[in-house]
This record gives sequence, structure tokens and C-alpha cells, in this order.
Amino acid sequence: MVAGVILVALLVYTLTGGADFGGGVLDVFARGRTGGAQRTVIDNAMGPVWEANHVWLILVIVLMFVCFPVAFAAVSTVLHIPLTLMLIGIVLRGTAFVFRHYDQPRWHQSWSRVFALASVWTPFFLGVSLGAVASGSFRFDATNHVQTNFISEWLAPFPLSVGAFTVALFTLLAATYLTVEAQETGVREAFRRRALAATLLTAGCAYVSLALAASGAPTLFTDLTQHVWSWVFQAITLALGGSLTAMLWTRRYKTARTLVVLLVIAIELGWAASHVPYILPPELTLLDAAAPRNILVNTLRLLGLGSVVLVPSFVVLYRVFKGPRFWSLSQ
Amino acid sequence: MTDLFAARSQMAMSLAFHIVFAVVGIGMPLLMVIAEGLWLRTQNPVYRELARRWSKGTAILFAVGAVSGTVLSFELGLLWPGFMEFAGPIIGMPFSLEGFAFFTEAIFLGVYLYGWDRISPRLHWLSGIMVMVSGMLSGVFVLAANAWMNNPVGFEMADGVITSIDPVAAMFNPGMLPTGLHMTVASFETVGFAVAGIHAFVLLRNPNSAFHKAALAIALTVGSIAAVLQPATGHFSAQHVAEHQPVKLAAMEALWETTTDAPFTIGGLPNATTETTPYSIEVPYLLSFLAFDDIHAEVQGLDSVAPEDRPNVAVVHVAFEIMVGIGMWLMGLALVSAVLAWRVRGVPTNRALLWALAFSVPLGFIAVEAGWTVTEVGRQPWVIYEVMRTADAVTPVPHLVVPFLTFSALYLFLGVVVLVLLKNQVFATVDNEP
Repeated sequence: MVAGVILVALLVYTLTGGADFGGGVLDVFARGRTGGAQRTVIDNAMGPVWEANHVWLILVIVLMFVCFPVAFAAVSTVLHIPLTLMLIGIVLRGTAFVFRHYDQPRWHQSWSRVFALASVWTPFFLGVSLGAVASGSFRFDATNHVQTNFISEWLAPFPLSVGAFTVALFTLLAATYLTVEAQETGVREAFRRRALAATLLTAGCAYVSLALAASGAPTLFTDLTQHVWSWVFQAITLALGGSLTAMLWTRRYKTARTLVVLLVIAIELGWAASHVPYILPPELTLLDAAAPRNILVNTLRLLGLGSVVLVPSFVVLYRVFKGPRFWSLSQ
Repeated sequence: MTDLFAARSQMAMSLAFHIVFAVVGIGMPLLMVIAEGLWLRTQNPVYRELARRWSKGTAILFAVGAVSGTVLSFELGLLWPGFMEFAGPIIGMPFSLEGFAFFTEAIFLGVYLYGWDRISPRLHWLSGIMVMVSGMLSGVFVLAANAWMNNPVGFEMADGVITSIDPVAAMFNPGMLPTGLHMTVASFETVGFAVAGIHAFVLLRNPNSAFHKAALAIALTVGSIAAVLQPATGHFSAQHVAEHQPVKLAAMEALWETTTDAPFTIGGLPNATTETTPYSIEVPYLLSFLAFDDIHAEVQGLDSVAPEDRPNVAVVHVAFEIMVGIGMWLMGLALVSAVLAWRVRGVPTNRALLWALAFSVPLGFIAVEAGWTVTEVGRQPWVIYEVMRTADAVTPVPHLVVPFLTFSALYLFLGVVVLVLLKNQVFATVDNEP
């Protein structure tokens, strides 16, 4: 149950915070005639919401250490280096975005560059970390202490390919959202082209990751290829990806946005399903890592209580800043 | 540099950096809400402009606070996995609640900063109140977790393994109230005097600006009220420390031997080898009285524990002196300001006072850093007081000096940028007087 909540929080983070990183990636490619206008759209879409979106990541971390302390300690020990690199990216991305807003015009270019690079860097190392966990390379001794050399778990082809996949997916997400949020046709067309390129890139990365999983993440690979459910899941993902491309191609942006959200949900659910019953495959199960039962129950209660405040607040935030185009589902 | 020392340094540096922005995040919303509230009541545009200008500075500082806070939440695990594996479930409740408070704060800050022309003035003001309340609450929740490290309650242990946890008791540990109170008031005091000092500095250059007079009036009032209350919350805190963490109190006061009729030591530089504090002044009976309301009370000294169980006395004592000294100075400044304001029946623009305020801009922050040094260094060698040693909590990752130096360089760079940006903001207000 708690694991489910963590998954949901991670999902929301991907769908919102992920898109903010994708926006930064698109900032790299905001060139040409409509480059300035593209930046403005990215800026306006992110400005009021990125800090709130970012808190989902903190929620994931807090839930991890409260509810699965053994796994949290193991992950932050083994993945010290990629997580630290990710943190540096988080710091630079957030500050550069704000500094760009408030600093004098002659520094805009430099802050934009920092913002854009950090937006590629951060999700890459997030993906590397998730890939390292999925690869099933965590080993524990008899007392549940993790055994590691701090490097081999993540500096391997499979985790690195998951990092690239994450960047591509976030870019796809942002570009698709922005086709809806852009007002000018020229800008919208630019985001459409970038979204189409991102679908290719995401599909390519997914294929490479899957190929590398055969040797780099054997349990994951078995789960993804040997079960009936996994074939169904793969078919769904493929269908969603295909129709997303078709919708972008035929400029049906609202439908494309719904499809990209469903696609991300499908990918994360598939990834989570392949993990169960482990939190750190192939040795540490969710149950082994879990905090005492009363803590889990208490945390769930707090989450219920918190969402009473949180959900309406988020609705207010998005209502105030996202115009009618954002909310309507019709074309 | 040992890995343990590098990890401690990185944590200390990250906390010291973050806390500046956390304090601003707690204090600034109050000033903005007051200014905007005055605008709603008087319709005087100066107040609206003031709230807007303050909110720009806050936007920059809040973003740095948000990302440096994220760094901390990761560093708990990256540097102290042993601590988090043990304590995570016990202190999870305040951390989860802090997550929600921070959510609300970030959401309504977004509404506040970007919503000036999008929602009605009253709703806008209400979102400012939401930012203020949730900012205060996040502070209190994080402090509850920290207070637990000093007052570890709410769990039972057998042979080093936790057998049962009571998260509510852990959150409402005896240290929660004094710590939360002292730090919240400190935030208002620090921000009030920092902002007052900046506007005082500008007033020295153009003394007739209505804008800066209004700003000074609001900030100085907030800072002064907090500064007068702060000795009381500090006294409450110190009595709590005397009862629950006697070794920390002994270090604060450089009390080497357990004594009755204990004197209060002012100044001096404690020497751990000779166990003396040369160059200090002692006020007879005062420590016994302050700690236990009885001039003859026995106060536990550092000799009550073995030398390896003592914190670094010199650091704790000097930090404590700095904090108390600044607190006294700001309280004096508050009282003088009040008298001068009463005499002119308005905003005091006495040049000596304005210079004193301008000089005091960084003092509150220094006092906050010193206070944290007292409570954190004073707890050593324990990460969880008398339960877990800091040395047993540290990560096995080698070469920790590398991330320490990396983050130090990064934060140094960010600190310089923030100062330059704020300087530009302040001088923009001089050049475009409304």
C-alpha cells in the first residue's frame, strides 16, 4: 500500500516535474526564428509551478526513509555518486531558472545555458539511479548490510541507457504538453517537430535499454519477456507510443497529451510490476525493508490528511496559471 | 581530513547555507503580508509596491532555499545512512508533515509571486497568509525532528534493535516546544532587523523617501517585538537543556566541574587540556539561578562524563557567547528604536540609529548560525543523544572530501550570485523611487 503511494508520488513527479526538466532540455534546442518565443512559452509554463512540482521528489524521499529505511540506507550508500551528481543538477537547474528571471539581461544567455545543461544532466542521473536499482545488482550480507564498491552498480551500460531513456521521455512529455500551451502557430509547430523527434529518440532508447537488459538486468529482462502480463503491457506501451506519434503527426494535440500521460503511466507501472515483490531486486523484498506496521499505518493516515490540503491547493495553482486551453480536452 | 570529519563538514556547511534561506522563508512572508494588508486597508500604493518589491527578493531566496533543502533531505541518507536506517521510521511523522507544509508553501508562493494581476487582491493576500503559515509549520516540523535527536523518546530498544515505536511521542518530544519557539522567533528577529537595516541604509542616502520609511517601520516593528521576546524563549530553551542535556549546558557555559552556587561565565576561551576558561568573567550564582531558578542549585559539569563523551567546549561556549551577545545588542536596539519612535511619534530617522541598524543587517544570521553551532556541536559525539554516536552513523563511502569541496564551491558561488542579485534589487529601488 505504502509502496503504491510512493509509486503514485513518483508518477506525479515524472508527469509534472519531469516535464519541467523536459522544458529545460527543449531550452537547449530553442533556436531559429521562433527560439525566443519558445523560451517564453517554456518560461511561462514552468515559472509558477516548478517549485511545487519539485516537492513530489522530496515526498518520495521522505516516504522512502520513513517506510523503507533499510532500502533507503542501501540506495543512498551504493548510489552515493550518481545521486550526488543529480543533486548538483537539481541545485543548478532551480537556481539558474530563477536567476535568469531576475538577473540583468546580459547574463540571461549564461543562465539559460546552465539551466538547459542542468535539465539534461539531472534526469540522466535520476534515470541512472533507477536503472541501477532495476538491474538487480544490490547485494546484502547476512545482517542486511549492503555490499558495494560504490561504482559497478551504476556505471554499467544498462543504467546509463536508462538515464538516456529518462531524458528522452521527459523531453517528449514536455514537448507534447507545450504543443497545447503554445498560443502561436509557429511556436506550436516547432514543439510538434521536437515532440516527433523525441518519440523516435524515446523509442530508440527504450529498444537499446531492453537489449542491454538481457545481460545488464537479467531478472528485469526475464520479467519483461517471459510472462503473459508483460507481453500485454508491452503491446499497450507500443500501441500508446504509436498512436501518440500519429496524433502529433495529424496535429491533434489534446489527444496527444492524454496519450503521453497514459504512456508514462504504463511505463512506470510496468517497471514497478517487474520489481514486485522486491524493492531492491534480487534480494531485498518490500516486506524485509519495511518499517514496523504501526509506522506504515500512521504514515498512510498522514498522507490522507495531507491530501485534503494538498489536492485543492494544486487545483488552485493550476487553475490560476493554466488557461482554459489547458483544462479543456476537446481539440 | 578523515571521512567522518568531511561528512560532518559537508552536513554543517549544507545546513549553515540552507538555514539562511529557511529563516528568510519564515520571516519574509510576514513582512509581505503586513505590507499588503496595510495596502488593502489604506489603499496607499506605497504599501503595495513594498509588498511587490519584497516578494521579488523572496522569490530568489526561496528558490535557493528549496533546492538546498532538497540537497539536505538526500544528504541525510548519502552521509548518514546508519542514522536514517535507525531513525527514519521514528522521526518520519514530522518529516512527512513537513513535506506537506512545504508543498503548500511552494504552491501558494507560486500563486503569490505570479498571481499579482490574476486573482483578486483579497485572495492574493490570503495566499500570502498561506505561505506564511505553512512556512512557519515546515520550520516547526523540521525542528521537531532535530529536537528528537537531542531528546530521543518514543521508541523501545532491546540489544540495539528497535522493538516498538510511538511516532507521536517521538514528534512531541520534550524539546519540540522550546526549540520550535526559539527558532521561529529568531527567524522573525533576524529577517526584521536585516530588512530594516537595508532600508535604513538607503534612508541614509535619501532620508525623505516615504517608501523606505514605510518599509523600515514594518520591518523594525517585527524585528523589535521578536528581539524583546527572544531572551524569554532562550531562557525557556536553556532551562530545557539544563534538565535534558546537562552536558550541552556545561559546554555552553564552560562549566568544568559539577558545582552548587554555579557562576555564569561570560567570555573567555575554554581550554580542554587544562580544563579552565582563561580571560572570562564570572557572575556568582547566576547560572544556578538561570538554569534552575535557585541560586544554590547544583549544576552538572563536564566532569560528569568521560572526556571522549564531551563536545568541543571551546566551539560551543564561544558560539553561545556570540549568540547571546548579538541577542542583547538587538534587544537594546529594539528598545532604543521604540523610545525614539515614541519621541517623534513616527518612524525614527535618527542618523545614529540608522547607522546602527545598517551595521546590524548580518547580525541576526550570525546569531542563528551560532545558535545552531551550539545545539549541533553541543550534542556531539552523539548523533542521537546517548543512543547513537555520529561515528557509527556515517556512510562507508570513501573520499568524502570530494563532495564536501564540490558542494562548498557550488554554495559559495550561489551565495555570491544571490548577494549580487539582491544588491541590484535594492539599488533598483533607490533609482526608481515610486
